[in-house]
Amino acid sequence: MQDTMKKRASELLADGTIARVLGWKNGEFVYDPTPAVFDSAEELEEGFVYHDFCGNNLSKYLIKLSRLEGKTLVFLKPCDSYSFNQLLTEHRIIRENVYIIGIPCDGKLDPDFVRASGAEGILGITTDGDTIVVDTMYGNVTLQKNACLLERCRNCKSHQVMVYDEILGENGEINEACGRFDEVEKLESMTSDERYAFWRNELSRCIRCNACRNICPACSCEMCVFDNPASGVSQKAAADSFEENMFHIIRAFHVAGRCTDCGECSRVCPQHIPLHLLNRKFIKDINTFYGEYQAGAEAGSRSPLVNFTQDDCEPNIVCKGGSK
Amino acid sequence: MREEMLIPKIGVVTDIRIDTPDVKTFRVVGLDGKKVFEHMPGQCAMLSIPGVGEGMFSITSSPTNTEFMEFSIKKCGCLTSWLHMMEVGQQVTIRGPYGKNFPVETELKGKNLLFIAGGIGLAPLRSVINYCRDKHENYGSLHIVYGSRSADDLVDYQEILNEWMTDENVHVDLTIDRPQEGWDGHVGFIPSYVEELKPDLDRTVLICGPPIMIKFTLEGLKKLGFQESQVYTTMELRMKCGIGKCGRCNIGDKYVCKDGPVFRFDELSELPNEY
Amino acid sequence: MKKIAYSNLDVCFAAIAKTKTLYLPMADGVDEKRGAKYTKWTPEVTYTADAVNTVRSAKDFFFPQVERMTNFKVDGKKIEIEDIRKECEDFVVFGVRACDAASFDILDSVYLAEPIDSYYQNRREHGVVVTMACTKPSETCFCSVFGIDAARPAGDVTCWRDGDLVLLQANTEKGEALLLELPMLEDTAENAADKVIASIETMLEKLPLKDLSTDAFGGDKLMKLFDSEKWADLSEACLGCGTCTFVCPTCQCYDIRDYDTGHGVQRFRCWDSCMYWEFTKTAGGQPRPTQLERFRQRFMHKLVYYPANNDGKFGCVGCGRCMKSCPISMNIVKVMKTLEEEHE
Repeated sequence: MQDTMKKRASELLADGTIARVLGWKNGEFVYDPTPAVFDSAEELEEGFVYHDFCGNNLSKYLIKLSRLEGKTLVFLKPCDSYSFNQLLTEHRIIRENVYIIGIPCDGKLDPDFVRASGAEGILGITTDGDTIVVDTMYGNVTLQKNACLLERCRNCKSHQVMVYDEILGENGEINEACGRFDEVEKLESMTSDERYAFWRNELSRCIRCNACRNICPACSCEMCVFDNPASGVSQKAAADSFEENMFHIIRAFHVAGRCTDCGECSRVCPQHIPLHLLNRKFIKDINTFYGEYQAGAEAGSRSPLVNFTQDDCEPNIVCKGGSK
Repeated sequence: MREEMLIPKIGVVTDIRIDTPDVKTFRVVGLDGKKVFEHMPGQCAMLSIPGVGEGMFSITSSPTNTEFMEFSIKKCGCLTSWLHMMEVGQQVTIRGPYGKNFPVETELKGKNLLFIAGGIGLAPLRSVINYCRDKHENYGSLHIVYGSRSADDLVDYQEILNEWMTDENVHVDLTIDRPQEGWDGHVGFIPSYVEELKPDLDRTVLICGPPIMIKFTLEGLKKLGFQESQVYTTMELRMKCGIGKCGRCNIGDKYVCKDGPVFRFDELSELPNEY
Repeated sequence: MKKIAYSNLDVCFAAIAKTKTLYLPMADGVDEKRGAKYTKWTPEVTYTADAVNTVRSAKDFFFPQVERMTNFKVDGKKIEIEDIRKECEDFVVFGVRACDAASFDILDSVYLAEPIDSYYQNRREHGVVVTMACTKPSETCFCSVFGIDAARPAGDVTCWRDGDLVLLQANTEKGEALLLELPMLEDTAENAADKVIASIETMLEKLPLKDLSTDAFGGDKLMKLFDSEKWADLSEACLGCGTCTFVCPTCQCYDIRDYDTGHGVQRFRCWDSCMYWEFTKTAGGQPRPTQLERFRQRFMHKLVYYPANNDGKFGCVGCGRCMKSCPISMNIVKVMKTLEEEHE
């Protein structure tokens, strides 16, 4: 796939369709590529990679890149394409300045899970069907690929690229039975005290690095409320730990109805807080109250939370916490 | 418990002078009515209103003033807006003094001096000017070029008129940016005015003002034949601690709070242009 | 040199915990992916000797993420200052790795330089650091590049794990005093750790980053590195978050803020990051207007500015945390290798 992508990108650069390519650049190890812009076939040849660790969602970078002169080619995985659509809906990306090549994805790996599965001192990784063989400083370790998938890939909601100018290979399908709400249901079945304890414990680890916010494609405000000194809740750790907790809850509210469930927040959290569960709870509730809706499935769609229809449920149903 | 520089002392505002539409000068003493600490010209202090914030301000008054300290503060942000709302009797917190002073007891001694100030940039230089006036036997003549947007924006114009202009050891040239009714002095920007004035090349220069004014004035001075090593300025960057630890006021490997705020231009030109 | 059976360490921990608070790395019980974190010891806590590094560094013990500095009572025009500093309790941090132990020297050079930071000094004086040599370093480890010996870590006491044995060596008066309080330790030969040290050294030789060069860096290379054109590419994907800064054991910048509780003002300080856009923003201007300048500042500080002010010593200890945590996998190793190419 990597070679096909490089070849196609070089062709498009050569015929002037595009001015630059947004992709992933090889890292120091096999698992740490960095999002990068390539301006020439030589640069692509030198550094462009696409492999099992290219988890980064590239959509958000297009807010800036689509404002440059000339088209930017971007490779979008199915989940990234939802974020792209949502950013289009919010008028954050100039569509005409982007050339999208959809690429299939069968799940990306999380180096933290590779390590947690017993491979420390990773020197190389080869994939062999459902297993991966990790060459470590302490010998070879064979692991099940499933055990090393990114959190979001374990319950992948869709293999379908939702927006593209061309696609490499066959487009996949939406995975209705992905089970992505299973964890949410577990939380819902807790007593409120248990749930409160669960989140206090999870959120207590937050170091307020803002990685979740800065990577989030739905967090594209010109100035975040948490960066506004006049807001009274301006970023950084506070003297009061309660505020730390509120940061994530307020953020989840801000992205409710707009979150594409791309899972980047949980991927980047250095403290491994399962932030995606907050967002999924909103998605699940919106589905329950207003009918199935997934932000980013369709560009220009109106989120039920900013749309009124006569079929909308009565507000008191929402007040009761969802028990119809 | 050990002494801690980050814990401030209480200061009382005993006088507030309205200098310009957006500059006020605050007189501050300790709870005992005396100066909170001694300083040298060019040094700064951290003032704060608890709950609002803390900020670094240059001490405008001369160390030769034995009774109080003064701070000329322009209203431009959150903290300074609060300070401008203060009334006499208000307490503030104060800590300092911080930073390197102008070398009044070493390199500047015995020299003829040229002060170039723009707007609120006069605040740190006023401390030096009055120090040199009070110890005039140690210095040559003082030439002051001061400019601002309008005549109303000249900070403490009364002192300039009544004290500096009547001092035989001091020569003052004033300028404002645009013509104004009732102003028969010079009109024009400071950099070009300095070039017109052709000050003596033997003078050591102390300059402070908006970055853009400093940049063009320095170019003009160099054209006239001044060396970078005879020009001093004082810098202002965001600071939190004032003692070289919080890590935000560096220009290259130098911290403005402790290695500055006073720099000689030949030192500055060896540092990244990140200020 | 002293020794104790690894299975008997809990007895040792219990004895320490009688007089001092003891912290040690513990695996997170919920999710193995989370890695180890420093935890206050209780009989229920199991020491994780295998984890190379905790996710958060050990700097928290001396320079916590948030600490309250003073309280103010504001009454009309009057202000009252309340000094809330208290003598810190005695504590022991067990199982610190060589890199983190070396990071304390770097923090010391900032906070114990005149004027001394009394908050930091207070904790430093009351803390005993017990290090553990690394028997199983990670591919992201590169402490040797900065002259740190993972086989012989510093600290008040150094420990080695040799199979079923733990060997302990006091390095300072504080360390000796601690070991004296532990009668369950047995004496052993002074060279008892030689074998395990040799085996660690063999392992360190295999580290993929051990040959990373620092030749292109240092206080004397300021303008050349500052003006490098490579910063644009290196910083282009940077999100401007503070992850690298907050997991870094040597990043020591802080912010001071006031929190109005409604019945008094608490002045606190918290970690800050030069990667944040408002780090240097003032009402008057912004000397670092884009992420390029902010990104450059972080690495220039570690590789040039800090060495310039500290006799050539670098401000990085090679713990590799930023390599594991950065959301876009940009880190000091990639920066050094990229800038180094230019040097050649």
